[in-house]
Amino acid sequence: MTDLLTVTELTRSYGSFVALDRADLTVAEGARHALIGPNGAGKTTLLNLIAGTDLATSGRIAFAGRDITWQRPHRRSRGGIARTFQHPSVVPVATVLDNVLLGAWHHHTAAPWRRAGRRRIADDCRAILETVGLTGLEHRQAGELSHGRRRMLDLAVALAGRPRLLLLDEPAAGLTDADVTVLLAVLRDLSDDVAVLLVEHNLDVVAAFARTVTVLHHGRPLVTGTPAEIQADPAVREAYLGRRKVAETA
Amino acid sequence: MNTRLSAVIAMSSRYGTVARRAALAVVVVWLLVLPQLVDTYTLVLATQALVFGLLAVGVGVLTGHAGLATMGQVAPYAVGAYTTAWLTRHDITAGLLQLPAAALAGALFAAVTGIVVIRARGVVALMLTLAVGELTATAAVQWKEFTGGSDGVSTPPARIFPGGAELFDDQDIYLYVLVVALVVAGITALVLRSPAGLLLAGVRDNEDRMRAAGHPVDRYLLLTYTGAGAISGISGALLMTYARYVSPQDVGFDISALALLAVVIGGVRSTAGAFAGAGLIVFTRDKLGNWWPGHAPLFLGILFLIAVYLLPNGAAGVAQQLRSLADRMGLRVPGLVPRTPAAAGAGDGTVPASGAPVPEEADAR
Repeated sequence: MTDLLTVTELTRSYGSFVALDRADLTVAEGARHALIGPNGAGKTTLLNLIAGTDLATSGRIAFAGRDITWQRPHRRSRGGIARTFQHPSVVPVATVLDNVLLGAWHHHTAAPWRRAGRRRIADDCRAILETVGLTGLEHRQAGELSHGRRRMLDLAVALAGRPRLLLLDEPAAGLTDADVTVLLAVLRDLSDDVAVLLVEHNLDVVAAFARTVTVLHHGRPLVTGTPAEIQADPAVREAYLGRRKVAETA
Repeated sequence: MNTRLSAVIAMSSRYGTVARRAALAVVVVWLLVLPQLVDTYTLVLATQALVFGLLAVGVGVLTGHAGLATMGQVAPYAVGAYTTAWLTRHDITAGLLQLPAAALAGALFAAVTGIVVIRARGVVALMLTLAVGELTATAAVQWKEFTGGSDGVSTPPARIFPGGAELFDDQDIYLYVLVVALVVAGITALVLRSPAGLLLAGVRDNEDRMRAAGHPVDRYLLLTYTGAGAISGISGALLMTYARYVSPQDVGFDISALALLAVVIGGVRSTAGAFAGAGLIVFTRDKLGNWWPGHAPLFLGILFLIAVYLLPNGAAGVAQQLRSLADRMGLRVPGLVPRTPAAAGAGDGTVPASGAPVPEEADAR
């Protein structure tokens, strides 16, 4: 498999605090890649840098063979990078369907400015809403939705962007077990053309979904491997699981 | 944001569409026959209120829809007014030529200044627009050959068509201003109801989400800022038509502040509300102020306090407020309004479809 995304020596510092420290990462085409690590390891920072929500202090990000380090987020989105947010991010005054429509706006062959085009896009948006289990809520205002449903809507908006690389920032956080099941089903049904990079604390979700896992620690990737390799790695146990044990006993 | 409130307003705005259209039609007819109903002084005040209301429409587009609070819409307004004055003095007196020229000048001005303004948000944007407005007023004092300096510039009357009769009679001027204001406000309202309104709502409420979905947010905001500049430029052209005089005092900070006040009173996302707020301000200042001379600012202050404390959604929100009050008192208005906000929130997705993507509601910022 070829590499879709290559991150080289990427650094992001806020004043004297280095959130991400010369991190290297590659994400293959069609990957199911998880980023794990303790709080403050730089996972969300890395995701924000790849999506363009935040800009790097130094280093390089290449996507599909092009340098996108300084590209603006809407350009990256058009290039095929979609994302969800750690705090589910919707347009509260707009309806659920309109939210997805906004996600599909620049990624659909139909013209959103024409009524007929909008209808065609809306049909596709309804199909996406069905896959994430929001059918029947199309005309609700997004601001009225529960946290879990907002998360699924955030995901639907990202999917409407027809991404080649889907960045998910803790998609399972705050979801009920039933919602997590839906989420895993949605992710499992994704086409192999879509690579997924997932930040997640819920290790069950990681184990059920990821084929590759990268452990981030103090802003640097510690190790990358299959879930089984990661579980067996002594350095990971020390850095990541060890810290958790400390936290649990505290 | 207050989701229960927005739910109520979204629902009631759907049920209230017919009633609102009827009310709008009545008001438009009333405005058209106004010259037959009132004395000349009141008619002149009404003309002034319309011009000021159109300025407030530009402020409302930015403040309510784009989420950029502005204190600088007098700047493109001034550019439109001085452009019109310059045209009139160069024998281009036809309104049908002056209006597009003023719109273009206001838009160009806004496009240039907007590059700086749209990078900021909130209070910083407010301060930047304030600076743009103040600099423009200062330029109006300094650039004497174009503006006449602090003496201002006066012009002969305009005409509607090239070679047509001069707009001299107060009734004619009123009707001309009314028609132009209604057309511009109508176009504005239609654009805001189109998908463009949805894009603006997205930018206003969740910029990061919009960017991540591929929307060039800065471009949207600059376009909106430019459009608002065109509206204010037209408003400036109308100022020249009715007053035939403009000086830096007419485009000062207080006019900007009053325009923002008009929008707050009328409801930040209501085009009709901007006119209502403007009318209320002009009549409070110039009619009440005449009855008790020297106290116009006091009346305006009281008006502002009432608006902020009693009308959080502006005049446009009064109907909703009355309905939710009726709800709380247990009075049902059958078939018109959902019984309680909670019911609207707790329903199971059976809310009827709506063509309007952006319900008017309290500012969510």
